[in-house]
Parts: sequence; structure tokens; C-alpha cells
Amino acid sequence: MTMLEQFRLWLGGHNWPDWAAYLVPGIVGIVLVLVFVVVLVIVFIWFERRLMGRFQIRLGPNRLGPEGIFQPLASAAKLLMKEDIVPAKADKVIHWLAPVIVFVPVLLIFAVVPLGQRAILTDLNVGIVYVVAVSAVSAVGIYAAGWASNNKYALIAALRTVAQMVSYELPVVLAIVGVVLMAGSLSMTQIVESQSIPYLVLQPLGFVIFFLGTVAEMNRSPFDLLEADSEIVAGYHIEYSGMKFAMFYLGEYGHALAYSCIITTLFLAGWQGPFLPPIIWFLIKVFAVFSVIVWMRATLPRLRVDQLMTFAWKGLLPMAIINLFIIAAEMLWLPEINLWILVATNIVFAGVLVLLWSRLFSLGGGRVEV
Amino acid sequence: MVIKTEPFILNIGPQHPSTHGVFRMRVTLDGEVVVDIEPVIGYLHRGIEKMGENRTYTQIIPLTDRLDYLASMTNNFAYVLAVEKLAGIKVPERAEYLRIIMAEAMRISSHLMAVGFFINDLGAMMTPVLYMWREREKLLDLFEMVCGQRLTYNYMRIGGVSQDIPEEFLPALKKFVAEMPGFIDEYDQLLLQNEVLLARTKGVGILPRDTAINTAASGPVLRASGVKWDLRKADPYSIYDRFDFDVPVGTVGDNYDRYWVRMQEMRQSVRILEQAIAQLPGGDVWAKVPQLLHPPVGEVYGHIESPRGELGFFLVSDNSIAPYRFHIRPPTLINLTALKDMVVGWKVADLIITFGSIDVVLGEIDR
Repeated sequence: MTMLEQFRLWLGGHNWPDWAAYLVPGIVGIVLVLVFVVVLVIVFIWFERRLMGRFQIRLGPNRLGPEGIFQPLASAAKLLMKEDIVPAKADKVIHWLAPVIVFVPVLLIFAVVPLGQRAILTDLNVGIVYVVAVSAVSAVGIYAAGWASNNKYALIAALRTVAQMVSYELPVVLAIVGVVLMAGSLSMTQIVESQSIPYLVLQPLGFVIFFLGTVAEMNRSPFDLLEADSEIVAGYHIEYSGMKFAMFYLGEYGHALAYSCIITTLFLAGWQGPFLPPIIWFLIKVFAVFSVIVWMRATLPRLRVDQLMTFAWKGLLPMAIINLFIIAAEMLWLPEINLWILVATNIVFAGVLVLLWSRLFSLGGGRVEV
Repeated sequence: MVIKTEPFILNIGPQHPSTHGVFRMRVTLDGEVVVDIEPVIGYLHRGIEKMGENRTYTQIIPLTDRLDYLASMTNNFAYVLAVEKLAGIKVPERAEYLRIIMAEAMRISSHLMAVGFFINDLGAMMTPVLYMWREREKLLDLFEMVCGQRLTYNYMRIGGVSQDIPEEFLPALKKFVAEMPGFIDEYDQLLLQNEVLLARTKGVGILPRDTAINTAASGPVLRASGVKWDLRKADPYSIYDRFDFDVPVGTVGDNYDRYWVRMQEMRQSVRILEQAIAQLPGGDVWAKVPQLLHPPVGEVYGHIESPRGELGFFLVSDNSIAPYRFHIRPPTLINLTALKDMVVGWKVADLIITFGSIDVVLGEIDR
């Protein structure tokens, strides 16, 4: 039973009418989640800028507030006051709608993110399916933004979006199926509770696939082809300014936060951990995941569009299928085995497969006769 | 059903993060594939050649700073060499060595920018560039010591250099020369093993040897295609025949080779710097040259190996105080003519990095 359900029962016990006993906890929960997301996104933006500064032998923003923590707020205030420019030939309705379509699904994901054993907005019994379904909607928003801007750079970005999002959805979902097979449940809370050993070590291959797939899904370097600053300038949000741009920006970091939370939940045993309270453990793990993502962004150049597809279809997808087979076989024939033996075998499998794949297939190619 | 299609024409530039200035390309695309490309130049035209005809020979030196603004010293050097050839002026030994030191330091600085921004074009979020700026900053400090400027130096003079180096210059340069090979190793560690970098650059944007020669390409672009042609060896100017260094040559002529050649040239420049510091003699740095030069009637073409290729100055004198004709052969303009051959059939992203690997400076192309 989640804390909110308990709250509802408590209200019902104090002779509140039914509709109020349902409405009040719901609103309280939604407000709490919104505050959690917005605060954490702001911290994420600050954290990334400071960390990128460290990677790039500079300081990063450090003027406004202690260690520059209020810099994202200043940026937001600046964006709020900017003129909202809509291109003359843009599709005005869709141009207005696109940032909303990008940002809202990100918020929706947090409905099923367990911050603690009972601290979850709603413990859906199909929680992870819900996450996959909702997060796929963002692609529509990005495509709409690229199309409605009536800009050629934005159009290229829009077409890249569709290819990229659809391609990486598959390995991500297949990696999730591995987790679900082992956990025996689709509910986020039960997936966490089933991890006496984190799936990071129990399914290392699944983790690698899921991690790379989600980095591509949230359009971050080295898969940031939608924005590709050096090629298509800013991609889909090239024609956006002011608060609409801020929505995309929030959406991007919200996505990073959401997927960091999902990775933590699925593979790093969520809130579980000794000594510290669950929420602290959860945040530590989320920031660790995000640090790795920032590290990749600071280090790696960008893939080309055909190499991105190659990586998804020839690299991640076959590996995800093999990973799923291995997990399924282990669950079918060795359900009672000591988990540590599985850890050892799976790490060996992952090492061999990754090594094999990196030798066997290359990202190269790319020239087309015209 | 037949779907009516039309070519997708994209304007890249003149305001674009990866055009290294105000260059514009009208690119015809088929999806993401580049079908045709038409460069449009002239956004930075200042008429430097015409301005040169109305100035005295000394007054032209600051103009040359504004050509290739990432290698101003080299431009000064090429121009004064041409004038000295025209007027038959002998330069003091110490000045010759100082010129070599400045030119090679400038080459390192310019290549750092070229390689750094090439990797930036690959999408590496400024990180390599910022590490390379760390070294470039030291070089800019050195240049500031000798002439007070950090971008447009105006240091060379006809018959020497404007002033001797201050005493803190040589220790700082020695420290830099001692540290630089280590830093180059650091970049190699960061970049050469990088799977994404290799996948993006190997075999991409190939400039075959024959095409490179036919387009009169020069500099790292030519050498990456496997032609061992370096004016410092092929036509030794100044005192380059006294130094021992190699000319790194690529094999295929792809983006990776152009990147690799620049990295190796930095190592060779460090070698030249070491030798120049060791041999640096004392004495004057500026020969006695009349304030207003009247070179004898005639014409001269002086060329040197700038970081980007063969930089040439063509001067015609009619025995007056200003050149009758002042023409510049900018290396990157000539190298740029090969761009279309290199990118047709590749993707937009490859177009950007191939353009970056030519290492253009618009100040020089538009003049």
C-alpha cells in the first residue's frame, strides 16, 4: 500500500466525503511529484554544467548563489522574458503544441517511479509498460516541432528523430523484458524488491543495452543527432525561443532525469541500500547514472546517422535478443539456482558477446553513389 | 502512385557554427546525402590586395595579419620574405632564427585550433578544443611577450623583426617545448583510440593523390593524400635547410589522415623549435633598411609553407614606395576547390567534418 492510499484511507476514516478523500491525496501527490521533478531538473542542469566544466578544465557557472546553484533559475528567468518568435510560415497550432507534447510525457513517467518502498504516486501493476508507452510519445512532439517550424534544418532533425526513436525503442524494450522475466512482475515496486542482487551485476549485458538505448532515446551525446549543433545547428528547436524553448530544455533534462530514475529502478535496485534512508540511496544512484551520461557527453564525438542505425539494428538489437534468450533459458531451466552462479555466467556471457560484437561488426561505410 | 519529389536545397552558412567564419554552402541534398555543393564566398571581402597598392611596403605588414588570422606571424613572414627577395635585403642571423621560432610556434598554435575544431565538428562538445586551447594560450602569451599582441602581431619587419625578445621569453619557450610532446601524447590517448572518432573519419572524404595534385592543393591537405611536398624541404626559404625534421605523409587522404598529419606536424615543429633555441645566435635583429623602400623595377613571387599550405605573395614594383600590384595566393582557397570532390555522396555530417578538415580561414579566402 502506498503512502497516498494510506492518506486516502485516513481521510475516509475521518468522515471526509468519498470524492474529497480521492481528490485531495491525488492533488497532494501530483504537486509533490511536480516539485520533485522541477527541483531535481534544476539541480541536474546545474550539476551537468559544473561537471562539464570540470571535464573541460574550466569552472562552470559559479557566480549566482553558493557554487552557482541559482544559475539555472537565472537562465529560466531570462528565457521567460524573451520574445516568443513564431516563423511567419510556421504551422502555428502545432508549433505551439509541440513543446507541450514533449514535456508532458516526461512528467507522466514520474507517476510510477518509486522513490521509496511506499513513496510512489501510483503503483501500477503494469508500471514498466506504462513507462515505455508514455515515453514514446515525446518522439511525436519532437517530430511535430521539426515539421511545424518550416525550417530545413528542423525538418532534417524531425526525420532523424523518427528513425532514431523507433530504432532504439526495440533493444530498450527487449532489455526490459529480461528484467521483467527475472523479477516476475511488471510493477516498478516489485521489480525493485526482487533485486536482492542488483540486475546491474545479474544482467550486465541487459544493462549495457538498456543504458545505451536510453541515452539514444533521450538524445544525448554521442547520439544527439537531433540537435547536432555542428551540423544542423540546433535541430528541431532551431525556431523556438523564450518559454517554448525552455519547455524543450526542461523536457530534455526531464527525460534525462526520468531515464536515470528508470535505470536506477530497473538495474541498480532502486531505493535499496544499507544505513541511509531510501530516498538518499535513490538520489545517490540517480546522480551516479547521470554523471556517467555527462561523462559520455563530454568525451565522445557524435555518430553519423547511418552509423546510428547500424549500431541499433546490427549491434544492440541482436545482442538484446541473445540476452533475452540467455535470461529466459536460465529462468526456465535453473529457477532454483544460486544467484551468484548466474552473476558469474552472465558476466562471462556479456564480456564474450561485447568483445565478439566489437570485433565482428564495424560502424564504417556510408558513401552513396549519386 | 508516383510521388513528386524535388531536390532539397539547404543553405549552410554564412552564419553557422561549423563554417569557421562566414562561408556559405548551397548544398543539394537527397535525404541526408550530399548530391551537389556550391560554395559562396566573399562575405568577408575587404579588398586587401587593392589596399596594398596604396600603401608603402612597411604599411602592408599589418594588412597581412588580417589574412589568416590564426597564423598571423606566418603571413608576416611570407610577406617580408617576398619584399626582401624583391629588394635584395640581407637579414641578420638572430632575426632569421627568431622568425623560424615564431613561424613554428604559430604552426603549432594553428594546428591546435584546426584539430580541436575538427573534433568539435565531429560533435565532441568543446572538450578537446578546450584542452588544446590550454596549450595555445601559452603560445599566445609568448607572442604577447615579444610584440604585445595576441592575434594580429605585426612583428616581422622588412630586414628583420621589430624588436628583440625579452629575457623571460626563452625560459617560457623552453618550458613549452619540453612539455608539448607530453601533451600531444595526451591528445593521442584521448582521441586515437576513440572508436567513434575512427568510424567517423577513416575512409571518409577521400581526396585521391591525383586530384590533390591537379587541384594544386598544398599543406596538410596535400600531404595527407600521400604527396611528400613541403616547401620547407622542397624549396628551403630562410634558414630551414639548417634544421633536421621529417615531413609526415598520409596514405589514403581521408579525414583521419589530415587529422593525423597535423598531429605529427606539431611534433616536428617542436623538434625545429628545440634546434632553433639551441642554435640561437646573438646580435642585431633588424638590418639597416631605409624607411621608405624603393625596390628596383621587377616582380617577385615569394612563397612559404604556412600551416595551411603554400602561402604566396606576388609583388610587382615600379620603383615607387608602394607595390604596383600586390597579389596573395591563399592556400585554403585553393584547397577548398577540392571540397566538392571529397563530399559528394557522403552525408551532411561528413560534409561538415570534411570541410573542417581542410581547415579554412575565411579572412584569407575572401581577402
